[in-house]
Amino acid sequence: MTNAPVAAVAAPAIAGAAAAADSIVGGATVAGASDRAPAAGRAADGAAAPAGAPTAAQVWAWLAEVSDPEIPVISIVDLGIVRDVQLDADGACTVTITPTYSGCPAMQVIADAITDALHAHGLQDVRLQNQLSPAWTTDWMSEEGKAKLKGYGIAPPAQQVIDISGLHARAGAGPHVAISRRAQPRLTVACPNCGSTHTEITSQFGSTPCKALYKCLDCREPFDYFKCH
Amino acid sequence: MQTKVNYLLRLGDNALILSQQLCQLCGKGPALEEDMALTNVALDLLGQTRLWYEYAGELEGAGRDEDKLAYHRDAHDFKNCLLLEQPNGNYADTMVRQFFFDAWHYFLIVGLTRSSDARIAAIAEKSLKEVTYHLRRSGDLIVRLGDGTDVSHAKTQAAVNELWMYSGEVFAYDAVDEAMVAEGVAPAAADLRAQWLAHVAEIFAEATLTMPPTDAWMQSGGKQGRHSEHLGYILAEMQFLQRAYPGATW
Repeated sequence: MTNAPVAAVAAPAIAGAAAAADSIVGGATVAGASDRAPAAGRAADGAAAPAGAPTAAQVWAWLAEVSDPEIPVISIVDLGIVRDVQLDADGACTVTITPTYSGCPAMQVIADAITDALHAHGLQDVRLQNQLSPAWTTDWMSEEGKAKLKGYGIAPPAQQVIDISGLHARAGAGPHVAISRRAQPRLTVACPNCGSTHTEITSQFGSTPCKALYKCLDCREPFDYFKCH
Repeated sequence: MQTKVNYLLRLGDNALILSQQLCQLCGKGPALEEDMALTNVALDLLGQTRLWYEYAGELEGAGRDEDKLAYHRDAHDFKNCLLLEQPNGNYADTMVRQFFFDAWHYFLIVGLTRSSDARIAAIAEKSLKEVTYHLRRSGDLIVRLGDGTDVSHAKTQAAVNELWMYSGEVFAYDAVDEAMVAEGVAPAAADLRAQWLAHVAEIFAEATLTMPPTDAWMQSGGKQGRHSEHLGYILAEMQFLQRAYPGATW
């Protein structure tokens, strides 16, 4: 699977996020239109961005300070939820995000947190775009994010076990590796507390859809494992 | 366009009704781990429901959003298959229903990732890993229950025999389904059924369960809005708030 965040099919936002984005766009257009007009004019002339206007890198750095609401030690950038940041000449900032799981209840909170954070840094016109494809994968989680998870007591995703690309290649013919019981590789999950790999799965689901429940057979501690996805 | 709206509503209704059924087990699962797993699966299905309904509402263009579609339709407007409205019963009933659905759902979603409709393909791509995980889990549990104790084996075999007649409706294509196949939107029934039968046979063999005859008579009607007596009760609970206080919001 490619890790490149290509904008293939940009599906519209979930209802809540769309509503949030709409209201923000609407509100900011009224409040900030006159302030932004000169800046938009300069940018249109091809001159450099006005002094004080943020760069995309700056916006990425701000987003890196927005925590995941359910695992507050890692940021939404570490998690790979933020796919793209676009700054328009008229000062509008479009942040493209992708849901981790279809039903993840944190997505609305994340969308609100992004707009709040960027407003706090002076960006008035913040737009959110929800992108479904390519689908989010734990392969997009940063190494730093994985280290933070481990420090927090959650075993980070070990390896990509649901091989979607292999499945596509088979085009429906023959056995499907992803669902065959015999084809599943033995997954080694290290205990985040003592480091032992002598661990055992308790349940395929933990406290959230993205986690499974494991226990360590050496230090006897139960722990969450952030599933490969 | 109305045909595609109907097809999307069927996808959404299947996911929503099963999600609601699983939500009814929240706090009542046979073990804490199973309780969490059931509700997590329900959450995935609810998320998928929203994606299907959102697209259906946009295509229809009649101002119906996901909430209107979920809460403001009566039983005959729901197009879910009869399998999904069957009662939770005992845990073998719950898991056999889940396994039959998951196996079909997985092969369907794989097919939909190649849909000629880019939005449907994107939703399928987003759902595929979730659906794969669901099927791996329900297949594992069928093996554990079937190849478990004498009691778990007997209850699982009874659930298989009871629910088998509801397993064929998903492959009984009508004009709506066939139109979607012709447009390259949806995969053909024959391919899905062959894959489904092969996978179910593989899991049943390991679970020491006997597969009922593949040419058995099958129930149908849910896709056309003709439901069993169970759906009304499910909707009564799910839709109560919006029926009592129309338009209420948080």
